[in-house]
Amino acid sequence: MLERIAAALRWLGSRVTGRLWRLGFAVRFFLMTLLYSGTALRRFFLTIREIYFTGVLSLIIILVSGLFVGMVLGLQGYDTLQRYGSSEALGILVALSLVRELGPVVSALLFASRAGSAITAEIGLMKATEQLSAMEMMAVNPIARVVAPRFWAGVISMPLLAALFSAMGVFGGYLVGVKLIGVDEGSFWSQMQATVDFREDIMNGVIKSAVFGVIVSWIAVFEGYDADPTAEGVSRATTRTVVTSSLAILAADFILTAFMFRGA
Amino acid sequence: MIAQSQSEPLVELTNVNFAYDRRPILTGINMKIPRGKVVAIMGISGGGKTTTLRLIGGQRKASSGQVKVDGVDVAGLDGDGLYQMRRRMGMLFQFGALFTDMSVYENVAFQIREHTDLPDDMIHDLVMMKLEAVGLRGVARLMPAELSGGMARRVALARAIALDPMLMMYDEPFAGLDPISLAIIGNLIRSLNDALGASSIIVTHDIQESMKIVDYIYFVSEGKIVAEGSVEDIRNSTAPYVHQFVWGEADGPVAFHYPSRPYGEEIHAVAGHA
Repeated sequence: MLERIAAALRWLGSRVTGRLWRLGFAVRFFLMTLLYSGTALRRFFLTIREIYFTGVLSLIIILVSGLFVGMVLGLQGYDTLQRYGSSEALGILVALSLVRELGPVVSALLFASRAGSAITAEIGLMKATEQLSAMEMMAVNPIARVVAPRFWAGVISMPLLAALFSAMGVFGGYLVGVKLIGVDEGSFWSQMQATVDFREDIMNGVIKSAVFGVIVSWIAVFEGYDADPTAEGVSRATTRTVVTSSLAILAADFILTAFMFRGA
Repeated sequence: MIAQSQSEPLVELTNVNFAYDRRPILTGINMKIPRGKVVAIMGISGGGKTTTLRLIGGQRKASSGQVKVDGVDVAGLDGDGLYQMRRRMGMLFQFGALFTDMSVYENVAFQIREHTDLPDDMIHDLVMMKLEAVGLRGVARLMPAELSGGMARRVALARAIALDPMLMMYDEPFAGLDPISLAIIGNLIRSLNDALGASSIIVTHDIQESMKIVDYIYFVSEGKIVAEGSVEDIRNSTAPYVHQFVWGEADGPVAFHYPSRPYGEEIHAVAGHA
């Protein structure tokens, strides 16, 4: 009996120390990525190329999702607001929901699934096919040449994609609310313009999406770099990127929201 | 890095031990790679051959002993020193390890672009010279996915010699190649070594092909050097391990059967359950 308890404790201890060790490695890896970012910023074309792959190629899913989310907000918002006779406030509801919350969060979740998984798979496969080792043997630091440009591309792309998501969502809300249901167009836009605050609402949304960009990009490049160099290892790393990023985004969103919008 | 006299070996391993965690991989390795020579490290898979290359390239550090390249102790180098040393090395990986998102041209130009400020037209000429040396100038615009295995290996070779290295390392350069590609790669290893005035280390199982091109052979088994000598010495060796390896015998010092409990015991155990 005692032996079983000791074995269970040993197992638990090794799991905990394993996780802590990996977390420590991830933090060290993040700091090294920042330290070796000189190449990515000095030779900015390397980062621009990655912005194309992570940002531009994510545009379709971001824009289409933004449109549908905005349209659903338009329908649901109108249904609730008209019960209280304030359907003209639909523009405010759609815009605030998007710029404060749904824009940064949903676009970050989509970005993690579309671009984060692709970054992990690409770096993981580069490791499995010894491309990273080859780079090291050519006296080129893979963190500077491969990891940092992808990391910064994600960080730069994320707020832009979130802004486009929100803009598309507002347009979707307009289509449903004004063109389909018949809410007054003047009220829709003027109330939105009067209520949405640039610093409190829009800038806080931008800060959120920038933080999510750092989180998703960090997790994606780390999981790729740390992947077991096998087909199964890359597959597991890709899954971990999506799951860990999604949970981290939601947790970070709660923390950021608690600091940003304290009932002011 | 101080250049050593020409009589000194370019690479020297002295009493090198290496272990992953506590599992010993290399034990008491002593090895010398003379300048201008092609040396093969042979042995069965998992014997520690590739690990030896990684120790020389500084990708792993020996648990004890000394690895010297051109008179410099690799373990004593910091990150920058290691990168300085690697600029004078070239390595061909088992399946080429070409960058799949770059064309053949960009692959060969990669190291030149990273380490020099040469203008584009000069880089173009250098890349074409390297591709001409491996007979593949005509594929410069293709992507790695469009190449055969043998061609990819030759492009990787052109990339490895882009900066005219003093030391070339080949990790299983003959693996998975057809006989024609095999002969081409073998000839290229020898001719490029002589043309560059470099030294080469080949890690391989391919005894027949490597015996045509190498000057000296080390046999590594279970992390130890079990035999060494010139091609003639190895061919005439009566050492059981070398004999089994050279003549491709299925059983010998390297046993056919993986260690397990006695066969009879296994059969009876199953019969007992039935």
